[in-house]
Amino acid sequence: MAISRDEVLHVAALARLELSDEEADRFTEQLGAILEAVSKVSELDLGDVEPLSHPLDLVNVWADDEPRPSLPLEAALGNAGEDEDGHFRVPPTGMTRES
Amino acid sequence: MAEWEPVVGLEIHVQLKTRTKMFCRCESGFGAEPNTRTCPVCLGHPGTLPVPNAAAVEWTVKLGLALGCEIAGHALFHRKHYSYPDLAKGYQISQYDVPLCANGRFLVPGPDGDREIGIVRAHLEEDAAKNVHVGGAGGRIGGAAHTLVDYNRGGTPLVEIVTQPDLRSADEAKRFLQLLRQTIVELGISDAEMEKGTLRADANVSVRPRGADELRTRTELKNMNSFTYIARGIEAEVARQIEVWDSGGKVVQQTYDYHPETDALTVRRTKEEAEDYRYLPDPDLVPVEPPAELVERLRAEVPEAPGARIRRLEPQLGFELAEGLVASGRDRLYERTPGERRAVANVVMNQLAGAGIDPDAVDGDELGQLVEARDRIPRAAFLEALAHAGDPDFRAERYLAEAAVADVSELEPIVDDVLAAHPDEAAAYRRGKQGLLGFFVGQVMKRTQGKADAKVVNELLREKLSA
Ligand SMILES: [Zn+2]
Repeated sequence: MAISRDEVLHVAALARLELSDEEADRFTEQLGAILEAVSKVSELDLGDVEPLSHPLDLVNVWADDEPRPSLPLEAALGNAGEDEDGHFRVPPTGMTRES
Repeated sequence: MAEWEPVVGLEIHVQLKTRTKMFCRCESGFGAEPNTRTCPVCLGHPGTLPVPNAAAVEWTVKLGLALGCEIAGHALFHRKHYSYPDLAKGYQISQYDVPLCANGRFLVPGPDGDREIGIVRAHLEEDAAKNVHVGGAGGRIGGAAHTLVDYNRGGTPLVEIVTQPDLRSADEAKRFLQLLRQTIVELGISDAEMEKGTLRADANVSVRPRGADELRTRTELKNMNSFTYIARGIEAEVARQIEVWDSGGKVVQQTYDYHPETDALTVRRTKEEAEDYRYLPDPDLVPVEPPAELVERLRAEVPEAPGARIRRLEPQLGFELAEGLVASGRDRLYERTPGERRAVANVVMNQLAGAGIDPDAVDGDELGQLVEARDRIPRAAFLEALAHAGDPDFRAERYLAEAAVADVSELEPIVDDVLAAHPDEAAAYRRGKQGLLGFFVGQVMKRTQGKADAKVVNELLREKLSA
């Protein structure tokens, strides 16, 4: 397998996903198959090829710093599971996180 | 006992004051009602596409140039993944292995010579949303009942600056930050106010035996929201580490919060799993390749660095005055004000600052006339003139016409009165307490409503007290 069951569980934990035993087995197999297919690329000698971060032949796509209307509050909160006082309400978060 | 040397690096976040956010055109800025500056892009709705803010890219390049950085010919935006409610998408758009600016140097003159602080990188990223933790015991995060999220700040542009561990004292770190802040303010790209969080700084701290070139285990210091607290936090952490090493222990890599009220350092609760952000180039964003003509135009707009200005003014003014003027943004007024250099510097740095006058609003030539006449005109008139020096139609002429009372025959009786009213002080002066001269001058000024010529009063007093 190109990915271990433990790695799958690690990535799931980082994404705050809970997997059942059966899901962990199934995703290990599916992700393994994908990684194996992609790893075919490494059979080629690519020493002279520049890394490509984007398939489009485009650079410097940006916009002027001109404000446009934001969403009305009701629309912004429309997909929230819960809201309170104009805020999204989420379960308590256990630790601080800084950018 | 070994003699220890602090080794400090800084990580600084600067909130850019663009009108809109980094990747959408929601208005940025503070003060709006919660979640009223959001859109499908900054709320991370599926199927939306981020479009970078051209001004933010330009300003980052400009800041990079001011920090002596190389500007990348080809830079990328990456996704930095973590799952937390302050980030709607589940990742922050940031820069990773190819930032816009890298390998810079920033000059920090000191009382004992110059230091050049290496800049590892300056990159562009988006800020996270603001979490409000509600309820629970004591309001501490761990005990919160639930969390409320305001995405107004989410997606606003931030520049992250990382220095080399080149700083060798808390004081040097503070001076570096003051000059960096002045640079940012002069570029007009951020208010850079620590109290408001538009400038934030964390410190990486370690110590080593003086003269060694090893790098020992470092700790990270957070939660310091003023230059003074940063200096004090670094000092406290350096002292703590020295004690650990001296007592045969080992410093452990940890993150600390500094509490200025108590001078205490507390270990920050960390994640159980090692940081694993799974960076990847953001497929929604194409590379940034700042055109050479843009970089050259921006380079021409960068003002002379504060460090270079201090070095230029130091020979005439000494380090302290030169640094004070530059770090407070008053040196430009000093330079456009004619007159005796030290006198001009003192008026600009002390009296004018004390009067709360915006130095950029002051006409240098008018101020120069005032400084030149400061001993001739009544003290009260001088101070009143300074208080109006920032007015758009300010003219020194009107105040210069006010003559100080310099006539000895008019001042002598007042001086005699003052000496007669304070026989004890006069006796003390004669016994050698020369510092009392200022007291007598003050008394004479009080009786003349500040209109006496200070020089004549001084002469009269000296003469009579030595008689
Ligand atoms: Zn938006």
